[in-house]
Amino acid sequence: MSISVAESNRLHAKYPSVFEQNFFQRWGLLVGFAATLTYLVFCWFFFNVGPALQNGKWDRAAIYVQDWYSWRAQPRLRFEDGVVVPQWSSRGQYAEDTTIDWLTPQDDGSMIATFGNADDRLEIATTQVDVYIDGVGYPIAITADGATAPADVPAAIEQDGAKVLVNYGFAGQAEIRANQVNVQRRFFGWANFLYDTNSPLWGNDLFSSIGLMFSGDRIVPEMSNAQLVLDQWLNNQAWQHGDILAKLMQTLVMAFVGTLFATLFAFPLAFIAARNITANRPANWLMKRFFDFIRSIDMLIWALFFTRGFGPGPIPGIAAIFFTDTGALGKVYAEALENVDDKQREGMQSVGASPLSVNRYGVVPQVLPVFVSQSLYFWESNTRSATVIGAVGAGGIGLKLLESMGTNSDWDKVAYMVLLILMVVFIFDNISNAIRSRLIGPAAH
Amino acid sequence: MADIAHSTDGLSHANTTLLQHYRSQVLTRRVYSILIVLGILVALLAAMNYANAANSGKFFERLPYMFDFIKNFVPEDPFEIFRAMFDIASPYYDGSQKFDYTSQRVYLTDSLYIPQFIYQLIITVNIAIVSTIIGGSIAFCLCFFAATNLVGAGAVRWIVRRIMEVMRAFPEIVIAGLLTAVLSIGPIAAIAAVSLHTIGALGKLFFEVVENADMKPDEGLQSVGASWLERVRYAIVPQVMPNFVSYALLRTEINVRASTIIGAVGGGGIGEAFRLSISRDHAAKTYAIVILLLVTVIIIDQFSGYLRQKLVGKASFELGRGAA
Repeated sequence: MSISVAESNRLHAKYPSVFEQNFFQRWGLLVGFAATLTYLVFCWFFFNVGPALQNGKWDRAAIYVQDWYSWRAQPRLRFEDGVVVPQWSSRGQYAEDTTIDWLTPQDDGSMIATFGNADDRLEIATTQVDVYIDGVGYPIAITADGATAPADVPAAIEQDGAKVLVNYGFAGQAEIRANQVNVQRRFFGWANFLYDTNSPLWGNDLFSSIGLMFSGDRIVPEMSNAQLVLDQWLNNQAWQHGDILAKLMQTLVMAFVGTLFATLFAFPLAFIAARNITANRPANWLMKRFFDFIRSIDMLIWALFFTRGFGPGPIPGIAAIFFTDTGALGKVYAEALENVDDKQREGMQSVGASPLSVNRYGVVPQVLPVFVSQSLYFWESNTRSATVIGAVGAGGIGLKLLESMGTNSDWDKVAYMVLLILMVVFIFDNISNAIRSRLIGPAAH
Repeated sequence: MADIAHSTDGLSHANTTLLQHYRSQVLTRRVYSILIVLGILVALLAAMNYANAANSGKFFERLPYMFDFIKNFVPEDPFEIFRAMFDIASPYYDGSQKFDYTSQRVYLTDSLYIPQFIYQLIITVNIAIVSTIIGGSIAFCLCFFAATNLVGAGAVRWIVRRIMEVMRAFPEIVIAGLLTAVLSIGPIAAIAAVSLHTIGALGKLFFEVVENADMKPDEGLQSVGASWLERVRYAIVPQVMPNFVSYALLRTEINVRASTIIGAVGGGGIGEAFRLSISRDHAAKTYAIVILLLVTVIIIDQFSGYLRQKLVGKASFELGRGAA
């Protein structure tokens, strides 16, 4: 597309701002991009990102992530006097003497472990382990010196020193040694989520539990089935439902009480800080600097400080949220107060009302919806930050999360708590949104 | 609810009815208000009771300890705080960590060094800035797909918005903890955790800005046959950019605090230094960190407030906290 010189000149003259931009208008975006990229490259080296990523234990990361939504049974199959004996750790997911469908003992003392289907299985005897992958068998000889794989095995079977590793993908893996086979079998879902293996209800699923509540004889004579189901679920040793729910409650209490106290304290103080309400400049200034001061001290500092004083638990969490948010809410409230419509106050003053009545009837009705909606915003955000505050020592679900992550084997429990937190946050968001839109109309937030 | 004439004497019949109506409405309102206040009070008392019972020490039992802690938690002399801050050798040095301010200096040359806490602070602030850049960029790319005025497909909007919500609500410590388990303790875990939260928080604010954009430039471009990408680039982005940058600056302020906290649970930086010093009773070091953090937060708040005012004027100050 081309235009005549005259037309081009006319356009240049008419729209100089389009054609004659200064350097920054023309290249500002590019310069900004380049500066940001340079900064990110600098940070890459400053934070040692490259080496850290290289040294990461990425194989473990896959296991940790899988643990979120699946569980593994890890029996150790020991060779004892020609017989294969399964041995479970204290965290075993099966009650004693359960028949396990993927691990069947044979009459001759050997054992068959299947991985998903009959074609993928291990036939474990004390002298030889037959590894079947897609129906093809590979005999692995067991001697006193270790296990030896035959020469031409697929990549899923790997000789590692004196032991042989077999990998069945998601379904599991096995480690064949001279005196035992460590089997790891992975299943979708969470093991024993309802009842632990010591419970009389072990083996029931959700539907059979509900069925038990409404029909059937008492399993334990002392209490009704409904009571028993609840009791056994809450006291599940593996999942600690009761403990987790109590900790979640503590976190919610921290956010609720902290925000409510902050609201109650910031309310009168904001009237002192607002220039149009209190005609006393030093008082306004002092109050605002006070708000700035306690707001600027990190919630972390308050939390650790009060944890030292009060000991771990919800009280330091409440105190931390209370102190930070008194400052933040006070500032927001004071700004709202300074923006009120003065006509209503003047009206009250003109009929000779006392200062208290002026504020009660001339100011509060205007600002109360704004105050409440701001407090609800803070409540929402505090529900989230109370988790983190808890982790640094104030207790609650945050500390529980940190403890579970510290063991590196409870990632399913972490996933469970994350789900609980997400659910609670969504419910509270919706409650506070509903209240807010009733107060100040749906358009205003 | 102001009280008006109490007696109905001398009022016409119609006005008497009106007054009665008014009074009955006021009464209903008062009853509801009292019920709500009572409900909140009951909930508050129950919650406080629960908190007190769940705490490892009861409030009134622990209160004297709290005062004792404040009273005893003072440095030997006020200058100790500044010695700890700038890594100057202490006259009280007795071989213990409490008065050992010099061993953690970060030397740039043989004699020029950055004091330990200031170096940690630089790390924390950089974590916040990097996270804001990463999270902001991704939120920028996502937000256009969540805006009603740009994307017709409800399914796309719904999915993008839910992704943002989950990122916003996902507990940061879990991401930090997972990455710490894989990468060992370090700033990357903190960056990832804070970035992810930033995507969610900024994404929500960004798409709300986009939805409020003036659609006339977009129509203009549409009429000359511009593609979707061109319309977004030339009609929407120039309008929303000042607001985006302003929100990103606000987010940087919040992220400085977030990265301090994440630091304390395994991300390194000043947060961890603070947690260690307060739990080991190193008063001078603790106060040094508190002052450093306070000054940093105030400087960053003021600077970003100044920039935001230049970008979008006074309006930006009213917004934003809701997404924190």
